[in-house]
Amino acid sequence: MAMLSFEKKYRVRGGTLIGGDLFDFWVGPFYVGFFGVLTAFFASIGTALIVYGAAIGGTWNLWQINIAPPDLSYGLALAPLKQGGLWQIITFCATGAFVSWALREVEICRKLGIGLHVPIAFGFAIFAYVTLEIIRPLLLGAWGHGFPYGIISHLDWVSNVGYQYLHFHYNPAHMIAITLFFTCTLALAMHGGLVLSATNPLKGETVKTAEHENSFFRDHIGYSIGTLGIHRLGLFLALGAVFFSAVCIVISGPFWTRGWPEWWNWWLDLPIWS
Amino acid sequence: MKLSATTLTASLLVSVIAVLLAIPMMLQWERPPMDSTQLGFRGLGMEQITNPRIAETLKALNTLPVPDDPVENDGVLVKNDTENYKNVQVLGDLDTAQFVRLMNAISTWVAPQEGDNAGCAYCHNLENMASDEVYTKVVARRMIQMTRAINTQYKSHVAETGVTCYTCHRGNAVPANVWATNPGPKQAGGMAASRDGQNLAGQPVPAYASLPYDPFTTLLNTPADSIRVVATTPLPGGTGASIRATEKTYSLMMHMSTGLGVNCTFCHNSRQFSSWEESRPQRVTAWHGIEMVRDVNGSYMTPLTDVFPANRKGPMGDVLKANCATCHNGVNKPLYGFSMAKSYPELSVPNP
Repeated sequence: MAMLSFEKKYRVRGGTLIGGDLFDFWVGPFYVGFFGVLTAFFASIGTALIVYGAAIGGTWNLWQINIAPPDLSYGLALAPLKQGGLWQIITFCATGAFVSWALREVEICRKLGIGLHVPIAFGFAIFAYVTLEIIRPLLLGAWGHGFPYGIISHLDWVSNVGYQYLHFHYNPAHMIAITLFFTCTLALAMHGGLVLSATNPLKGETVKTAEHENSFFRDHIGYSIGTLGIHRLGLFLALGAVFFSAVCIVISGPFWTRGWPEWWNWWLDLPIWS
Repeated sequence: MKLSATTLTASLLVSVIAVLLAIPMMLQWERPPMDSTQLGFRGLGMEQITNPRIAETLKALNTLPVPDDPVENDGVLVKNDTENYKNVQVLGDLDTAQFVRLMNAISTWVAPQEGDNAGCAYCHNLENMASDEVYTKVVARRMIQMTRAINTQYKSHVAETGVTCYTCHRGNAVPANVWATNPGPKQAGGMAASRDGQNLAGQPVPAYASLPYDPFTTLLNTPADSIRVVATTPLPGGTGASIRATEKTYSLMMHMSTGLGVNCTFCHNSRQFSSWEESRPQRVTAWHGIEMVRDVNGSYMTPLTDVFPANRKGPMGDVLKANCATCHNGVNKPLYGFSMAKSYPELSVPNP
């Protein structure tokens, strides 16, 4: 495969976290690395087990395939393969693959000499997954508290877990997470609209520059965050949303068992007026 | 950067307020380990997660009185001993020994306090036990009929466990969890007048949500509105239930959850709340319970409206009525399923 003109710049050896020169090479355009091999290892085993789970699960309907965690009665022990053991191994493989991929990203960052923004951002997504499937089950004392692997089945889990707390919209961290998610989409929509408008001028007009974009927002809302700032804001909103999503589920159960509306009674119970 | 005195003072003040707010907020969190029960297929998320520390306090609130020892029959029915027993309209078929035992039990269940108006005197004129002049005696008579009706006609809800006066009363003349039509606080006029029965902080009935705080008047009464609000067709057709009706239903369901100390998945698979096929059998029991409470309120409580004095009625002048929490008191099986009714079989026979 031909190399792009600028690829030479970052196809440099070294910068690996582990193993020195071992696996420090490219296959076509793809960097391998020790963690690339590890990712491929975990991902292929995990995927194979998911296919195996689907094969013994009674349906090939993509929506209905369901690989569920063990019964709560197994606690934190290993379960038989067909009674949740598959879920346990797949969870292990998935976590291994996700973390390996993040570390491969770190190695690429080191080769490029850039900051670790990408792996750190991906780390938040991994943290959310690990919170759901490992941290919360550990805190509650059973792997059965994790969500199942299946398109519809994991949605059923989300719905039922929400209704364990009567009205999940009163979960304070859920409120923050939703606000950040929606603000993130709003910021992305406005940013996208702005860039597309600036770079797709009317016939006869020239492409606009960043200063023009700044002026547009200064005219309309009195402030422009700027070309670099919008990406910092986007990262902050996205990571904040993911972080508080993880918080909102880890507090549901381990740190609060009643309806979420009742949680807000701390405000009513403040000594100033109660 | 040099901080000005104003900035410093302001940030200090904000920090102090934040800490003062954070302390009560942080104090109420719970902590692991928790107890959990699986209510559906693994991975479905139908679970009951309970805090054993809270369960302990609930246990203390649901302590059981020891049933009185059984007594030998005297061999005389109350209705045949007209010299000693007059104006016994409901319990005439009882042996006199059982009658006295039940009367004693009721006095400890309902009015155990010391004093002039407690014990027997809570319902009886001690000079003339047969007299109906104390209104509570008239109420008690109707309540005995109600207890028998529940134990014989609503086995679909109370099963063989049955109920006694104690199931609701627990040593209180008025059971702790009752309801009357709740008009809410006095409102300002004009545009601020319409609270529409909702959006009130600190209301235990919709489990402290902003949902309607009186779902009972329309849903747990006779006649009652329909609780079902979920559409029966995949695509919208016709008008369907209003948001208002839907929120009342949600409020009632919140009450049922907190009244029984369970969450929504104790009965429902939230994938489709209305689907009986995916619901747990407990939902059938609950359905009969709703019918039972409507009957209790419509056939037994409301007809006593003229008997009760004003101080035993709600702000709108209707009598205090029952809901799920009246018997359940935060536990999914009242008194943890212990059957007191078995020790008082005379409460589980049809009314004469």
